Amino acid sequence: MRPQIDAANSRLMNDETNEAAVSDRVSDDPVAPPQPTTNGSGFGRRRFLRVLGLGALSIVPLPVVSELIREGGVADSQSEPVHGRGAPARTRDGRVRRWTMIIDLRACDGCQSIGQPPRCTAACIEGHFAPEPMEWMQVFEADLAGGGTQFIPTPCQQCQNPPCVNVCPVGATFSTPEGTVLIDQERCIGCRICMAACPYDRRFFNWGKAPVPPEALLADYSPEHQVPAKKGTVMKCDFCPDMARTGTLPYCIQGCPQQAIYYGDLEEDVATNGREVVSASRLLSENGAYRLKEDLGTEPRVYYIPGHGEAAGRDAFDPGRSPTEWPWMERAEGAVTWRR
Amino acid sequence: MAALNDWQNRLEETALGPVRRTGRRFWAVVAILLAIIGWGLYAYSVQLRDGLVVTGMRDRISWGLYIATFVFFIGISHAGTLISAILRVSNARWRTPVTRMAEFVTVVALICGASFVVIDLGRPDRVLNVFIYGRWQSPIIWDVLAITTYLTASVTYLFVPMIPDLALFRDRLAGRSSRWRGSLYRTLAIGWHGRPAQWRSLTSAIGVLMILIIPIAVSVHTVVSWIFAMTMRVPWDSALFGAFFVAGAIFSGIAILIIVMAILRRTYHLEEYVTEKHFVYLGYLMAAFAAIMIYANISELLVHGYKLQEGVEFHFRQLFLAEFAPLFWFYLLGGLCAPIVIALVPATRNVRGIVAAAILVTLAMWIERYFIVVTGLRVPLMPYEPASYAPTWVEWSLLAAGLAAFALLITLFTKLFPIIAVWEVAEDHEASAVQAGTGIPARAIPATADSPRLAEEAGR
Repeated sequence: MRPQIDAANSRLMNDETNEAAVSDRVSDDPVAPPQPTTNGSGFGRRRFLRVLGLGALSIVPLPVVSELIREGGVADSQSEPVHGRGAPARTRDGRVRRWTMIIDLRACDGCQSIGQPPRCTAACIEGHFAPEPMEWMQVFEADLAGGGTQFIPTPCQQCQNPPCVNVCPVGATFSTPEGTVLIDQERCIGCRICMAACPYDRRFFNWGKAPVPPEALLADYSPEHQVPAKKGTVMKCDFCPDMARTGTLPYCIQGCPQQAIYYGDLEEDVATNGREVVSASRLLSENGAYRLKEDLGTEPRVYYIPGHGEAAGRDAFDPGRSPTEWPWMERAEGAVTWRR
Repeated sequence: MAALNDWQNRLEETALGPVRRTGRRFWAVVAILLAIIGWGLYAYSVQLRDGLVVTGMRDRISWGLYIATFVFFIGISHAGTLISAILRVSNARWRTPVTRMAEFVTVVALICGASFVVIDLGRPDRVLNVFIYGRWQSPIIWDVLAITTYLTASVTYLFVPMIPDLALFRDRLAGRSSRWRGSLYRTLAIGWHGRPAQWRSLTSAIGVLMILIIPIAVSVHTVVSWIFAMTMRVPWDSALFGAFFVAGAIFSGIAILIIVMAILRRTYHLEEYVTEKHFVYLGYLMAAFAAIMIYANISELLVHGYKLQEGVEFHFRQLFLAEFAPLFWFYLLGGLCAPIVIALVPATRNVRGIVAAAILVTLAMWIERYFIVVTGLRVPLMPYEPASYAPTWVEWSLLAAGLAAFALLITLFTKLFPIIAVWEVAEDHEASAVQAGTGIPARAIPATADSPRLAEEAGR
C-alpha cells in the first residue's frame, strides 16, 4: 500500500521527507496504544483510511511527475531545442520559409523509359543510407479510371495538421517552423502509434539492426539527416530541410531524370525542379494540382499535378516498373533485412 | 447461536485452508508456470537482442499480438470492478463469496496487461521518456494515466475490504506460521481490532471507493479504445469504440472470473460458499453483456457496411469472407450467441455449462481484440498489396508467459491472502439467518454491532 500513502502524503507535505514520514507511520500504526473509546475513538484509523481514499484520488495527477522532473531541470525538454535542428530558413526580408514539393505526374514515367528502378527513390536511398526495405520516396503505381496506370512518387506528405505529431507520446516527432515534420530518433520510444496514425503509409520502423554501409556510421546524426538508422525507432522522409537551407535540392529531385519534381517555398512563392524556377502558385493553379486524401484535412505540403507520364512519352497502358535496389547491401555488416 | 458459531468456524477454516496447507500439487503448478515464464523471458531476451524483427510485425501491420493481448488483459481486469463495485452499489448480496477473487483478477490482469505495452516497445530502454517528455495530447499518455490510476484504485479497493480478514489471519496464524508471514499480516492489518469506530471508517471508505472505482474503470477501457479510434484507419474510425470496448471488457471479465472461480472452487473446496447459484447468476450477467455486444456489433457493422465507404468493402470482405472469416464467425456465433443460449437453456444452465460458455467467451474475446488490431491495420492506405501478419514463436511464447504470469500471480495471491471475504460472507449469512428467523430486514443489522464481536472473538 506504500504508493497510495506516498502519493497522499506528498500532497499533504509536498517535500522529500514524506518517505521517512510514511515509514514511521506504517511501523507505528500497528503498535499504537489503543485510543480512548470516547467520541473521538479510532480517529487515527479513520484518518488513515481517509488518507487511503485520498491516495486513490491523488494518483490522478500522476503526470505531474513529469512536470516536476522538468522543473527540477533533470530534463530541460521545453527550452532546449531538439538535437540537431537548425535555425529555420528565412526569406531575405526575414519571413520563415514554408517548404513545399510539387510533383508533376505528367512527367513521371516511373523511370520506364530508362529501364531502371525509379531514380528519385534510388537517390534518396543513397543519400540517406535508408535501410532496406525503406522507400521514403516511394513510387506507387495506381489504376487510372479508364484502365491503365499512373506512377505516384510519394514522399512524406509533410502535413500541416499532422496526425503522427498529434499522437506521439514523447514529442519525438514534431513540426518545424518551416512546416516539415521530423523525427528525433534519440527520443523515440518505438511505440509505433504514429505509424498507425499516418494515413499515407509513410512511416518506417527499424525492426532490427538496420542494414547500412560502414560509411553511414561516420555521419553526424540529426533529425534532419537521419543517418545512421537507429534500431527500434521510426524513420521517414525528412524533406531535406538541411539541404534546402544551403541552396541544394533534395536527393529525390536531383535524381529525377524527367525533372518531374519541384521543391519550393510557398512563403516566397517559388519552386524549382533544378532546371527552371517557376511561381509555385501559378504552377499549382494552372494545372489543377491536388493533394492526396485531401478530405482527411491533414493539409499536406506535397502537391500533385495529375498525369500518367505523358510528357515523358509513357503509354498509360504499359504497367510495371523495375524493383527498388539497395546498392550497399553486400557492404552492410551483420545486417538483417525484412520485408516491408 | 452454536450453529452459527460452527458455521463461522468452518468458514474461517476454509479461508485459512490454502494458507495452512500447501500440497505437492501446488508446487508442481508453480514449477510449470515458472517454466513457461522462464521460456517467455528467453524469448524476450532474443527480442531485446535482435529487435522486433523477431516478431511477425512489419511496417504495414505494425501492431499485432502484443497490443491485442494488452487490450485483452485490460479488458478482463474489469471483472473485479463489475462484480464488486457495481454489485456492491446495487446491494446484490450473492456477490460476497466471489468479490475477493474478482478483485484479485483485476489487479493481476492490470499488471500483466501493462507489461505487454512495454514488451511491444521498440526501445524499452527509453520507457522513462514517457514521464520525462510526456505530452498530454497523446492517447498513449492518456493510457498511462488511466491505467496507473486504475491500478492504484483497484489495489486500494482490493486492500481496504480485506483489512478485517487480514486481521483475522494475523490473529489465527499468530505463532503458527513463519515469521515473515506474521509480520506481513501484522503490517497489512494496520492495527485492526474491529472497534465500532474502525467498522464505521471501513464502511464509509468502502462506500467511497466503490463509487469512485466505477468511473475510473469505465474511463480506462474507453481510453484504451482511443489509441485506435484517434487514428484515421477505416475500421477504427468510430465514436462507438469506447463504449464497445467497455462492454467487451466487462463481458470478457465475467468470463475470466467464472473460469478462475471454477478452478479455485475445485482446488480449495469452496463448494459451500461458491455455489451453482453464483455460476448461474454470473452466466446471466454474461449473457446480458453478450446481448449488448451483439447490439454493438450490429450497430457498428451496419452503419459502416450500409454505406461501404472507401476501405470498408475490403475490411468486410476480409472479416466475413476471406482470411479472417472462420474465426470471425466463431466470434459472432460461438462467442456472442452461444453464451446466451447456454444461459437460457435449462439443460446447460449449470456449473459445467456456464464454465464452457466462459471459455468460449474468453477465446472469442481474445480473437476479437486480435482482429481489431490486425484487420484494422491491414486495410491498405495506398495502392499496395495488402500485407499479411502471422505471430512468430517469440510472440506466442510471450503470450504464453503472460497468461502463465497471470495464473501464477493469482495462485500466489491465494496462498497469501484470504480468497473469500470472510467478514462479508459472515455478515451476509447472519443477515439472511436473522431475516429468515425474525423477519427483520437485512439492512437493519448494523455492521458495527455483530461483526466486531466476531472479529474480537477471533482475536482472543
